Amino acid sequence: MASSATVTANQLIIMAELKLFRTWSSPFPLRVVWALDFKGIQYDTIFEDLSNKSSLLLQYNPIYKKVPVLVHNGKPLLESLVILEYIDETWKQTPLLPEDPYERATARFWAKFGDDKVLPSIWNVFIKQGKDQEEAIVTAQENLGFVERQLTGKKFFNGETIGFVDLAFGWLAKLLSLWEEVCGVTLIDHEKFPLLSEWIQNFADAPIIKESWPPRDKLITKYQALLEVYTSKEAPK
Amino acid sequence: MAEEILLFGAWGSPFSRRVEMALKLKGIEYKYIEEDITNKSPSLLKYNPVHKKIPVLVHNGKPVAESLVILEYIDETWKDSPILSKDPYERANARFWAKFIDEKCLSAIFKACWGEEKEHEKAVEEASELLQFLENELKEKRYFGGETVGLLDIAANIIGYWLGVFEEASGAELLTREKFPKLCNWANEFVSVSAIKENLPPRDKLIAYLRNRFGVGTTSK
Repeated sequence: MASSATVTANQLIIMAELKLFRTWSSPFPLRVVWALDFKGIQYDTIFEDLSNKSSLLLQYNPIYKKVPVLVHNGKPLLESLVILEYIDETWKQTPLLPEDPYERATARFWAKFGDDKVLPSIWNVFIKQGKDQEEAIVTAQENLGFVERQLTGKKFFNGETIGFVDLAFGWLAKLLSLWEEVCGVTLIDHEKFPLLSEWIQNFADAPIIKESWPPRDKLITKYQALLEVYTSKEAPK
Repeated sequence: MAEEILLFGAWGSPFSRRVEMALKLKGIEYKYIEEDITNKSPSLLKYNPVHKKIPVLVHNGKPVAESLVILEYIDETWKDSPILSKDPYERANARFWAKFIDEKCLSAIFKACWGEEKEHEKAVEEASELLQFLENELKEKRYFGGETVGLLDIAANIIGYWLGVFEEASGAELLTREKFPKLCNWANEFVSVSAIKENLPPRDKLIAYLRNRFGVGTTSK
């Protein structure tokens, strides 16, 4: 992490106006928090209530009306992975992506796989029941199998240090055990997924991650309530 | 070592054509392998075990999958005729809109063309809303990339060519000059660029394929 003594005049100018719109719990803006924190960049935070979105948020993100939005000198950046690349290209210290084009392509591929396939498949396990849940578990574990193999010989997806793909999968390190607890299903056990289990520990233990993670009890309450909504939808009338 | 570039693709797929367009724009020679997606080759399954899909670019034995990831790889590996700006904000903008096209536009367009009849009007409205965002994004530019074709133009190939073909095949009307004058102008400019033109699947063949696969559409005459 860059020490404050090495902040240059140029960086001060770039840092001039940086605002992050987020919620207290959403994992996607957290990726941006982590990226900025790893690079030692100062920014203002605006907490949104998604049931009552601010006019500023709607102005900056009229298409998706979601967080995160990062506003840099008045210009909005949307979509967490796009924002991460912007941050990496604008502030060069503690790079998130490797330099080699093939390694960058590999990182982008896995981050996308995480969002497009892994997350939805695990969410399905969380919200479904009975036979649907059993099928969801099979799909989720297949996806996790691919992810597990990516960690072969590495501490983090990025190698020795946390990088782009680690931040992209950050939700897995912290939310999964929570969801497992709330819905009573274990997806990642040490025997089947030894590398992922270790990665989860290493990632969750990193100080920046630890410090920024929302309070566990508050998260449990939130997801318990969400699960109740889903189960009541599915319950026979 | 001699450079070896393979591309596994499918003639009608806008995704695989994106890669060909980028390679052509940069003057990169490659070997093309047509995949029958109903009977995937062992090579494809070996190079893309996760998704088992085309396109896959294999550069000196190393595979890259997912069309937008491939486009960025191409731009970072072969620096002539760049398809992305050097400016981080413009790059973020192009990436955002390319993602928007893939995640929102394609399925909305498809629904408007081949969705359920009773949902048709709503589907057209939703697709039109999305196209309006792109219309606004174009502003007064010749291409999304500015003066030359860029990554976003290539990603928007679905809008630039395939959409018109979908409309003809299904009878749906979406990209009208009346509602989207800028997008229509852009589409004409886009398909006129030689690197693009040479990589468009034949219209009649594509129409026949679409009708065969998806039916004649909700509003065909």
